[in-house]
Amino acid sequence: MSIAANTVTREMHPFSVALAPYDVEKVRRDFPILQQKIHGKPLVYLDNAATTQKPQSVIDAISAYYQEDNSNVHRGVHTLSERATEQYERARALVQHFINAADPSEIIFVRGTTEAINLVAQSYGRKNVGRGDEVVITALEHHSDIVPWQMLCEEKGARLRVVPINERGELRLDEYEKMLGPKTKIVAVGHISNALGTLNPIRKMVELAHRWNIPVLVDGAQAAPRIKVDVRELDCDFYAFSSHKLYGPTGMGVLYGKAALLNAMPPYQGGGDMISSVTFEKTTYNKLPHKFEAGTPHVAGAVGLGAAIEYVNHLGIENIAAYEHELLKYATEAVSAVPGVRLIGTAREKAGVLSFVFENIHPHDIGTILDQEGIAIRTGHHCAQPVMQIFGVPATARASFGLYNTRADVDALVAGLHKVREVFG
Amino acid sequence: MADLRDLYQEVILEHSKQPRNFRELTGAERKAEGYNPLCGDHFTVYLNMDGDAIRDIAFQGSGCAISKASASMMTQSLKGKTRAEADKIFHRFHDLVTGQTHPNGDQPELGKLAVFSGVHEFPARVKCATLAWHTLNAALEGTQEPVSTE
Repeated sequence: MSIAANTVTREMHPFSVALAPYDVEKVRRDFPILQQKIHGKPLVYLDNAATTQKPQSVIDAISAYYQEDNSNVHRGVHTLSERATEQYERARALVQHFINAADPSEIIFVRGTTEAINLVAQSYGRKNVGRGDEVVITALEHHSDIVPWQMLCEEKGARLRVVPINERGELRLDEYEKMLGPKTKIVAVGHISNALGTLNPIRKMVELAHRWNIPVLVDGAQAAPRIKVDVRELDCDFYAFSSHKLYGPTGMGVLYGKAALLNAMPPYQGGGDMISSVTFEKTTYNKLPHKFEAGTPHVAGAVGLGAAIEYVNHLGIENIAAYEHELLKYATEAVSAVPGVRLIGTAREKAGVLSFVFENIHPHDIGTILDQEGIAIRTGHHCAQPVMQIFGVPATARASFGLYNTRADVDALVAGLHKVREVFG
Repeated sequence: MADLRDLYQEVILEHSKQPRNFRELTGAERKAEGYNPLCGDHFTVYLNMDGDAIRDIAFQGSGCAISKASASMMTQSLKGKTRAEADKIFHRFHDLVTGQTHPNGDQPELGKLAVFSGVHEFPARVKCATLAWHTLNAALEGTQEPVSTE
């Protein structure tokens, strides 16, 4: 374990201070999927909030794992099992450093953000939320940070409270502060809204909740690939994110939890790997993080996530954030300048996402026409139907950016919107 | 390569901008809701029957150009038809938009609905074209639960 951690540190240092200008053309060459044409036009991939593409190094790491090291973890004494275990735990250490967790045992590998939130709702929630208690979420949440809490509240007779947003799509912190109290048992909030791009003031929200000793879960699915996440600086109690939105493989995700909370929580699923000993009379659960990792884990997924984090570290998350910030600014100006476009979500602090409606043309039609131009955007409610209802639209068109997008991609989107107008006359 | 003009024919665009029979039928004998959770399209289809025939048909709701034009043209083509005739037209229409119709085949039952032939080149849009029709079926059968395309 300590060897793996040292390896991580040694590899991170030379790159984390990289101040070279961000060479996006070089970055693009690392992503084989971007080199293709769609309907005869170069692919312009602007659906990164849904999932990101994978660099060659991630694809290679997964291949190499299956070609050379595949085995089950934490069991065998043979060489392959030791290698697989070493790689799996090395990935955990990479995640730990990536979000600055205090200890690798605070990193639980799960299937994705959705499973991470369900784990907390079912384990922490079922133990600590009772009749008449309250769970606080926000109007910006993705369905995956709404439904697990609804299910919990329904089962326990608890009340789900929702922090409203203003006309820009920013959380009403005054309302949030008023909602917190002795009945509140947990707060769950997204770091960056997938539907609008709003960057929420997590540090402040955690501070307000902690005045009442309320733990805070942060849905970091959109934030982990876009901004520097430091769980100790945020002081959040749980942080969830997905590998596939961070340039890693699907089916893999992370739940960070403070050790004291995780230790006090009952297991989420029972099975192998999560136990110390089993008899038919009594089972003793394993220590963290294994207590929450029942069954053979997605080892190749962890290896791929580790490679994705190394790739991001190599570019530097601060560099990526600065680059994407400028790109979003450029895109916001360019798309707003198209007559008939109305931006949905104009928070002062935003990242990665540009949601809009265009005249009376349905987003689905916009999506089809742009696809013919090789441009991939998301259209629909973005798994955030309550947000759509607040803005009085059934759906939006959403362009979302990743570390390989360029101003030329934005220009193609704008040209595509003119094409949409042409078709609809 | 699929051509956008095959999908967005003038007739379709015109119906999407000015849908026919786009109103609530007050006191409708039958109605049903249809919903596409993928894109949020949502329609209600209203029916008044005269024995076995569709005496009046109307719809309301929101959706993309394809789903709205399809609903609009459906109401036009089915007014006065019996259930069996409506069923036959729906099957022909379904074959058309899923590419199961021979391109040169004669489809006299479809009439103006033939403008939807371009949909089969856009598989993601088949559900848009058929939403109102599935909803109509539910109304005819008196289904209480909203119809979903998923």
